Amino acid sequence: MSRVDALTQSLIGKKVVMAGSGLVLLGFVLGHMVGNLKVFLGPEHFNAYAEALRTLGAPFFGRGQLLWIVRIFLIVAVGAHIWAAWVVTRASWAARPAGYHALRLVETTYAARTMRWGAVIILAFVTFHLLDLTFGPANPAFIPGDAYHNVVATFQRAPVAMGYLVAMGTLCLHMYHGIYSGFQTLGLNHPKYNAARRGFALVFSLVVALGFAAVPLAVLTRAVR
Amino acid sequence: MRLVLHVWRQAGPEVPGKFVRYEATDVSPDMSFLEMLDVLNETLVARKEEPVAFDHDCREGICGSCGLVINGRPHGPQRATTACQLHMRHFTDGAEIWIEPWRARAFPVLKDLVVDRGAFDRIIQAGGFITARTGSAPEANAVPVPKRDADRAMDAAACIGCGACVAACPNASAMLFVAAKVSHLGSLPQGQPERYERVVRMVATMDEAGFGACTNHGECMAACPKEISVDCIAQLNRDVLHATLRPPREGQHWSGAA
Amino acid sequence: MTVELRAKVPDGPIEQKWERHRFELKLVNPANKRKYDVIVVGSGLAGASAAASLAELGYRVSCFCFQDSPRRAHSIAAQGGINAAKNYQNDGDSVWRLFYDTVKGGDFRSREANVYRLAQISVDIIDQCVAQGVPFAREYGGLLANRSFGGAQVSRTFYARGQTGQQLLLGAYQALSRQIGLGNVRMYPRTEMLDLVVVDGKARGIVVRDLVSGQIRSHPAHAVVLATGGYANVYYLSTNAKGCNVTATWRAARRGAFFANPCFTQIHPTCIPAHGVHQSKLTLMSESLRNDGRIWVPKQQGDARRPGDIPVGERDYYLERMYPSFGNLVPRDVASRRAKEMCDAGHSVVPGGHGVYLDFRDAIQRLGQPLIAERYGNLFEMYERITGENPYEVPMRIYPAPHYTMGGLWVDYNLMSNLEGLHVIGEANFSDHGANRLGASALMQGLADGYFILPYTIGDYLARTALPPLDEGHAAFQQVEAEVRERTNRLLGVQGATSVDAFHRDLGRLLWDRCGMSRRREGLEQAIGAIQELRERFWTDVFVGGRGEDLNQALERAGRVADFMEFAELMCEDALQREESCGGHFREEYQTPDGEAKRDDSRFSYAAAWEWKGAGAAPRLHKEPLAFEHVHLAQRSYK
Ligand SMILES: Cc1cc2nc3c(=O)[nH]c(=O)nc-3n(C[C@H](O)[C@H](O)[C@H](O)COP(=O)(O)OP(=O)(O)OC[C@H]3O[C@@H](n4cnc5c(N)ncnc54)[C@H](O)[C@@H]3O)c2cc1C
Ligand code: HEM
Ligand code: HEM
Ligand code: SF4
Ligand code: F3S
Ligand code: FES
Repeated sequence: MSRVDALTQSLIGKKVVMAGSGLVLLGFVLGHMVGNLKVFLGPEHFNAYAEALRTLGAPFFGRGQLLWIVRIFLIVAVGAHIWAAWVVTRASWAARPAGYHALRLVETTYAARTMRWGAVIILAFVTFHLLDLTFGPANPAFIPGDAYHNVVATFQRAPVAMGYLVAMGTLCLHMYHGIYSGFQTLGLNHPKYNAARRGFALVFSLVVALGFAAVPLAVLTRAVR
Repeated sequence: MRLVLHVWRQAGPEVPGKFVRYEATDVSPDMSFLEMLDVLNETLVARKEEPVAFDHDCREGICGSCGLVINGRPHGPQRATTACQLHMRHFTDGAEIWIEPWRARAFPVLKDLVVDRGAFDRIIQAGGFITARTGSAPEANAVPVPKRDADRAMDAAACIGCGACVAACPNASAMLFVAAKVSHLGSLPQGQPERYERVVRMVATMDEAGFGACTNHGECMAACPKEISVDCIAQLNRDVLHATLRPPREGQHWSGAA
Repeated sequence: MTVELRAKVPDGPIEQKWERHRFELKLVNPANKRKYDVIVVGSGLAGASAAASLAELGYRVSCFCFQDSPRRAHSIAAQGGINAAKNYQNDGDSVWRLFYDTVKGGDFRSREANVYRLAQISVDIIDQCVAQGVPFAREYGGLLANRSFGGAQVSRTFYARGQTGQQLLLGAYQALSRQIGLGNVRMYPRTEMLDLVVVDGKARGIVVRDLVSGQIRSHPAHAVVLATGGYANVYYLSTNAKGCNVTATWRAARRGAFFANPCFTQIHPTCIPAHGVHQSKLTLMSESLRNDGRIWVPKQQGDARRPGDIPVGERDYYLERMYPSFGNLVPRDVASRRAKEMCDAGHSVVPGGHGVYLDFRDAIQRLGQPLIAERYGNLFEMYERITGENPYEVPMRIYPAPHYTMGGLWVDYNLMSNLEGLHVIGEANFSDHGANRLGASALMQGLADGYFILPYTIGDYLARTALPPLDEGHAAFQQVEAEVRERTNRLLGVQGATSVDAFHRDLGRLLWDRCGMSRRREGLEQAIGAIQELRERFWTDVFVGGRGEDLNQALERAGRVADFMEFAELMCEDALQREESCGGHFREEYQTPDGEAKRDDSRFSYAAAWEWKGAGAAPRLHKEPLAFEHVHLAQRSYK
């Protein structure tokens, strides 16, 4: 049994894949969140940043090339993450064909229980989000290349802004359990730091979610126009 | 005390089961939960009805035979307590009690509240041991074992194989049971030579048996009568990771299950 | 004609008997081992260790147990520890001392050569278990820890918290599991042996009932090993697991194996008192508690004050008073009987009932709560869970309960019964403990038999004996199967009005009163009559219900109780015949002025082996004389 097989065949292996890909996604959202905050520095800075993303790696890479490499890396991660999540979830559903009259849960968290549906919401969000701010169709006032304008325009539609906020909440929960769960899955535990793991998960997911949420809120409250 | 019981009755593995309502009268608070069921069965026998089948043996919380989901809690409401050690003083007079078997594909119901936990034995057979042929053992004190390690091993070894972890897990995962054995043997010097082969084989057998995957809910630990910690699960994951990522040793020979 | 019992004890100096015997035993050629089928009934310490070791040697082994997994055998419940003459504590222990203590503790009714071998092997057991990963308690230096245990003045007991039996059994279970995984052992859980099949005077197989499907099947083999544990459940209320039974050994006895010393039963002093009629079993509080706990009762009869309010001056620490040198650590039989006397004299601390205090107040003051918690934590929790009282604050209340049975099927030095091919190990046989077992020595015996003795001696039998091949089609198997079916149907057919448990409770109460902690002629004679009546009623009035071809727990219990009812009579016969007091067998007629057991070595220094003569007929007594060349006969004294 090759080692890669070993990883992908056992359910634990699939959890490792989820944790690994999850980690990549965590890195992405963190970076993306920080980048988004440039909105508050005004159009020039923000668009410059969006532009910078594209000219990243120049002169060794042509325009957008490195970005695409990063994108592909991301897409692979999301693919692996979703695949593993799907298989793991199916296995768990199959493991209890006949349910209980009542199973009283006493230890688990709301975040842990909502991982799966939360994930679906996140997926839906990302899809809309790409159509909204990357490709445009979901954003009537979309102007290619003017990311700042697009962001402001989209959030001036209150329902959209609300939707984003809901998504951020979901993401926050997903990350909160995801990070703790990931620690366990990767066997990163130590009696001394076990309590800290929850704390870290909480802080990280709150920072990321609030950082993201700041933008739609700012637009709604007219702080950013 | 007087109690209203809803007991899962199922004639056999293939036939569908259902809850049947019974009234248990003159229950004393000093009775254990199983003694309460004994009384119920006596009354059923008196009515020439078939008594409720449930597994039990030691009635001391050590053999791991008993296993009932009581009001949605494997082994009932009291922490760190098996059903046989649960006493009726923890219930209020007139209470309604729902009694179900462990529910998991890997634990098919045989009759009423009796399930087949053979999957646990198969997991141990796959690697849950240290190979030490009778008579081949070195002097016991030849290898000192730090008290800390011995204690950690004992904490994990306390598992009684009851299956409550599986019953409590929203994913019907057997991770805590497997992790307990892996941590027990993996914490001792004697367990090192087979450490990684052991974990790979046990995990493969666990998956074959049809248990779910652990998504770290922690319900197992809450239901475990021996309070096995989910830290064991982290160690199991760590060992699996190590087993799959480390370079395979040359000419390695596994003397365990073929 | 009376068969003379040949114990086959090898000659030569006692230290060399086993060594020499092992050399003289015939070996089975490794290539031939595969050709031999060995049945092991039981997966406790004795059964699991034997099955694993035999499979390692290459025999084809089939192992049976009635629980759903071999790991649940009753050995799992042993709490206190296991003895071994390692002398790690350098406190003067030695093979000789363990041997001496065990013979003396058994009140000179055991076979010296067997006990010496047991003491010799004890040291190997610890090595074996440690290698298997048994997490024995350790000192900070990383070396194995010991405690002193009931009746011993040296610290020779190895333990794993309060779960020594569990950890030892899991070690053996895991060794067994490995062999099952390798295909060398076929394991039959949820399968109960209901009879033994004898062909040409040799045990050649068993007939079992699959407890799930209810099917009755035959299993032929070249040799049969019974490791089916003790029969303390004959008393209904005991510290044994609910499933423990006499069926396997009793059925073998009915097929010609002699049953030895059935009246030697051990009543354990430290158990939680019964609470009511629906009590289903009694819970043992490990004897190790007696190391630090002090046993007392109020001097004043029926003193209703709370224990804390009773000043030391008004407490009677009766064991310390009567036995200055051993105090609370006197052997079990003594501690139990004294507790009974105190309660009969009106000093019970359980209203109306029976109980004495086991008090940790002084120990907690001396050693501090953490250390006590470290030593007994889980026992204290168990006590609180059951009684709702916190032993850190109020003293425990304890009372004796049936616990262990020294009696069992008679075996020779090779652990083979008089019935050729039938081997009996662990608590199921009569060897080693005489009339009273010392604490922490049953685990030792079970593992010595299973790991280190039987695997050698059974080979000798197989190598020496011509065993023609046969299969379940053989007439003998058909015959026995038919009898088993007939009996099962009879149980189901009675369709009376009384539950199995009700009968078991009656039988138990009867024996507890008449053949329990102390016995007297009239009582025993009455008991025998009463048992016969009870048996009559059972077969005309029991209600089992359900079907035979199904999982039917009432039917399982009915079969066991039916056997207990036959066996109980033999127990009383044996107690009646033994007109002396020794160890767990206390005949009120035979005691010293200060109430100590009075042995009669001139008349009773023998093992009583009973031959079943058929229903209704009186069993025949065969005597194996016991010689004591190394431990000189003496009145036990723990003063
Ligand atoms: C509560 C308690 C505490 C104890 N503590 C200690 C201690 O601290 N130290 C010590 O040395 N000893 C202790 N003992 C005694 C010791 O545990 C037992 O004597 C010993 O474990 C017996 O082991 P065994 O293998 O002979 O039988 P068991 O462990 O009783 O195993 C019997 C096996 O036979 C099987 N079986 C029985 N009948 C049938 C049948 N008809 N068909 C098929 N299978 C059958 C059962 O399934 C089981 O697998 C204690 C006993 C009790 C009750
Ligand atoms: C930016 C988005 C995302 C991030 C940062 C993220 C992160 C994580 C992390 C770190 C884990 C923990 C893995 C483990 O338990 O070991 C996880 C688990 C999971 N993720 Fe995601 N994920 C994201 C998006 C998604 C999406 C889009 C899906 C699927 C549609 C998804 C489905 C799951 C599921 C089902 C789990 C298992 C939860 C559990 O362990 O209980 N996630 N995620
Ligand atoms: C309110 C919060 C957010 C804002 C304001 C925002 C803004 C943007 C903008 C402006 C772009 C386009 C950048 C460009 O094309 O130059 C973008 C791209 C993207 N965003 Fe967001 N985003 C937010 C939240 C999220 C979240 C939570 C996720 C993931 C879970 C996410 C995933 C992506 C992805 C995958 C892209 C495509 C990146 C690429 O072009 O390769 N975004 N986002
Ligand atoms: S881990 Fe706990 S719950 Fe699971 S089998 Fe072991 S003792 Fe039972
Ligand atoms: S409850 Fe289940 S999800 Fe994991 S932590 Fe326990 S096995
Ligand atoms: S009956 Fe043994 S643990 Fe409950």
